[in-house]
Amino acid sequence: MNEAFFFYLFSGLTLLAALYVVFTKNPTYAVLSLVAAMFSLAILFVLLHAYFIAVVHVLVYAGAILVLFLFVVMLLGVGREEPASKSQRLYRIFGGFVVVGFLLEIGLIIKAVSSSAQESPTILAGTIEAVGKLLFTEYFLPFEITSVLLLVGIVGAVVLSRREQMPAEGQYLPGKAAEGGRSKQV
Amino acid sequence: MITLNHYLILSGCLFAIGMYGIITRRNALLILLSVELLFNAANLSFVAYARYLGDLTGQVFVFFTMVVAACEVAIGLAVAILLFRTRETLNTDEINTLKW
Repeated sequence: MNEAFFFYLFSGLTLLAALYVVFTKNPTYAVLSLVAAMFSLAILFVLLHAYFIAVVHVLVYAGAILVLFLFVVMLLGVGREEPASKSQRLYRIFGGFVVVGFLLEIGLIIKAVSSSAQESPTILAGTIEAVGKLLFTEYFLPFEITSVLLLVGIVGAVVLSRREQMPAEGQYLPGKAAEGGRSKQV
Repeated sequence: MITLNHYLILSGCLFAIGMYGIITRRNALLILLSVELLFNAANLSFVAYARYLGDLTGQVFVFFTMVVAACEVAIGLAVAILLFRTRETLNTDEINTLKW
């Protein structure tokens, strides 16, 4: 009974926060609302006995990814409202159709497979020990490959967001940097 | 009694909300934010299946998904900064050089 109560409470919270992310005009509020959604999702993970994933989820998403988002939103000064465009209505209608179609599809799929995996789950706690054991034995190679992926992410982010330098003076030219500094540089 | 279906329906709803966001938003940053919603909907169904099938592999996959999401955000935000620096806008209606 308790599980049901917490499930409905936090799934409702998650959905509300997600709706706010999609519908609010202010990007800063959207990011902060997504943080709330991440926290309630982490609680749902705890309900599913995935303790390690819940902690990592809060650390990585709320702690790192969304702070990065917030930082960029404030850095670029896009914290004001989006200008309403003429094509917005068209996108809304199209989006509505897509979403309704998708939900119908999901409903049909869930109805079709609902008999296969159901009821009386064996309690299998996703503690750090259990997940770590699996990660360092059976999934060791993929785990190592993720570190390469992270390296690619770091290098890519640095290369992309670096400002181009003029060769002679060696000083930063923030405004002109983008216009083809790469071809001029060589 | 909360069954697997409850979690799958919740995950489907989250995914649908994220999809609606991707279609209707015109700000590149907010589109990236909606992509995060999609990632999390997928994560939720992974963890739900891990619980109800009694197999921790689903949770290991969520770990990998998070790594991919982190990389995607790092690169995506760098591209967004670069776009803003060159075009002075993040509105995807105005960034249409490829749409001729």
